[in-house]
Amino acid sequence: MTSPRPLRVLAAMSGGVDSAVAAARAAEAGHDVTGVHLALSANPQSFRTGARGCCTIEDSRDARRAADVIGIPFYVWDLAERFREDVVEDFVAEYEAGRTPNPCLRCNEKIKFAALLDKALALGFDAVCTGHYATVVLNEDGSRELHRASDMAKDQSYVLGVLDERQLAHAMFPLGDTLTTKDEIRAEAERRGLAVAKKPDSHDICFIADGDTQGFLANRLGKAEGDIVDESGTKIGSHEGAFGFTIGQRKGLRIGHPAADGKPRYVLDISPVNNTVTVGPVEALDVTALGAIKPRWCGTAPAGPGTYTAQLRAHGGETEVTAELVDGTLNVTFAEPVRGVAPGQAIVLYDGTRVVGSATIATTERAATRV
Amino acid sequence: MAYLDHAATTPMLPEAVQAMTAQLTATGNASSLHAAGRRARRTAEEAREDLAASLGARPSEVVFTAGGTEADNLAVKGLYWARRDADPRRVRVLASPVEHHAVLDAVHWLAEHEGATVEYLPVDAQGRVHPEVLRAAIERDPDDVALATVMWANNEIGTIMPVSELAAVAREFEVPLHADAVQAFGQLDVDFAASGLAAMTVSGHKIGGPYGIGALLLGREYTPVPVLHGGGQERHVRSGTLDVPAIAAFAVAGRLAAERRGTFARETGGLRDRLVEAVHKAVPDAILGGDPDPAGRLPANAHFTFPGCEGDSLLLLLDAQGIECSTGSACTAGVAQPSHVLLATGTDPDLARGTLRFSLGHTSTAADVDAVAGAIGPAVERARTAGLV
Repeated sequence: MTSPRPLRVLAAMSGGVDSAVAAARAAEAGHDVTGVHLALSANPQSFRTGARGCCTIEDSRDARRAADVIGIPFYVWDLAERFREDVVEDFVAEYEAGRTPNPCLRCNEKIKFAALLDKALALGFDAVCTGHYATVVLNEDGSRELHRASDMAKDQSYVLGVLDERQLAHAMFPLGDTLTTKDEIRAEAERRGLAVAKKPDSHDICFIADGDTQGFLANRLGKAEGDIVDESGTKIGSHEGAFGFTIGQRKGLRIGHPAADGKPRYVLDISPVNNTVTVGPVEALDVTALGAIKPRWCGTAPAGPGTYTAQLRAHGGETEVTAELVDGTLNVTFAEPVRGVAPGQAIVLYDGTRVVGSATIATTERAATRV
Repeated sequence: MAYLDHAATTPMLPEAVQAMTAQLTATGNASSLHAAGRRARRTAEEAREDLAASLGARPSEVVFTAGGTEADNLAVKGLYWARRDADPRRVRVLASPVEHHAVLDAVHWLAEHEGATVEYLPVDAQGRVHPEVLRAAIERDPDDVALATVMWANNEIGTIMPVSELAAVAREFEVPLHADAVQAFGQLDVDFAASGLAAMTVSGHKIGGPYGIGALLLGREYTPVPVLHGGGQERHVRSGTLDVPAIAAFAVAGRLAAERRGTFARETGGLRDRLVEAVHKAVPDAILGGDPDPAGRLPANAHFTFPGCEGDSLLLLLDAQGIECSTGSACTAGVAQPSHVLLATGTDPDLARGTLRFSLGHTSTAADVDAVAGAIGPAVERARTAGLV
């Protein structure tokens, strides 16, 4: 804990082991902690019979049970409407436009550290605490920096790269300085008497309970048969909706016959306008530069070009880049070409372990063509 | 700590605790024929007589259940099935829209699964069903009504229904009227015989008795189809081994509730009036729910709507100050829903999210009222800043 004085802390508790241990650590550090579970799925029925998915109710109960064991008050807040507008609809619209969004970033930006934080501050809380693995460093001048977690293997600073300095000032990540394995976090939960110690990790998108993103999108956007073409524009297959694809995707293309060179083909481009998916060899995925929009900075925006490391996916590696902000667009050039870069994804820039900022990828430049 | 949620549950009376603990160590199934069984049966039957006396009923009209919810379900479902069995035309259920969920959801279930046609009786702005409304609803076709159910007093806003007048209307058409009197017992003069009701629900833990015990007061001419089948206890209407310790304690609490009702209503009503005054002084635009006339509402109930606030936020802020109350409305997976009671009275849905119910009880003191008086103003101010996120 970086703060010396006890704070009134609102701990967001998902019902999972990380957020439970985070809340317990915040309470143990002497803070006045209140737990809150966010109800994020819609509830259209007026009668109270199976209105929500059972998983959500179970998660809510697990969170409440953990709060009871920690000995803190617990509430459920209904942010379903905000979540639907800001995260789910955005997710669908992005896929519809042929992009690949990361809903966890959106949720942190718009829900946990916006709607939830604003309400918490208004109610007299000082900070929102989550189970993210990331570190907040308090500088001598009072400013704050967001850094990667001490344990790089668990680092989640990527999905927090959207937080600005004000949001960061009210964020608390008690797990960030943990140099332990997930098993040890579970052991800590066990030691604290938290029943969620043995609960499996959640990996999927929380609002797609069965993990079937394609099915979810098909349900929302309807099926629309279109062509799969190669780089020359020749039709080599068909699909049931361009929105169901991600750039760099190899599996699930269902192209009947092999390519002339016998090598696997990957999704190179998704064109929602004419509902066409373009595929080609892996080399054609090489991206040398990109333009990203809607930049958000953890502190002051950098002036002039700079050299950074960049992360492009939640569990992706680091890559060397130079970046410059020109008229609101972040122009990024890679030191070495990278693959699997899709518009809609976030690029997070780091200076060492420090998060500099993030932006949403809008355009990519390939070795041969600009897509 | 200021505990102002007695309508949710109220502390057990020491006399009831004593009666219960005395029975917990005694062996005997009240259905057994041997000495131990006879002793248990005697205890249960004496308790039945006590409770009947406290409620203006005959002992045979007391059917013990495992609580108010079960008694409501037995009345609504059991009477529906029995009346429909006797005449298949009887599928119409008349219910007030401000019922507790134990009635409302049972009625809804009958519509979903048993072919019932549910008709919700309109209520006025105070949440009251008028006898002429019931009359008009029955008169549309008196032959197809299975039953009517209207609570004695509302658990959220405290409005008292004109039960005797409603029962008189129902009797005219030979329609059985059930009333959930869980909140009324101990606060109002609840006399089953005088009311003219066919069936009436009461609960132990709302009057200083134990949890998990309740009763359906049931006129002798009614034989609802059982919800629970088994050993045929309780007039073959409610099977299950009698919970003698709970029944004994329930009867003691019931007797004391009836004996002390006048004093309770006067003293607690006085505290309640002070609380209402204090809240209005601190928050002039707070809206008192239900009937502003003390004669028309439960003496221990104070219900408010605070425009621009979310009830949840107020709960959190008051809880942090050691004040324990309720939004009054049911929740879904922990999420407070706009109260169906307020919606039925024509309240705007956004307004209906900003409610608090303070319910007093036999342990309430002037200090509890003072705590609310001191905390409510700043809490409302803060909750308004947080808005309706």
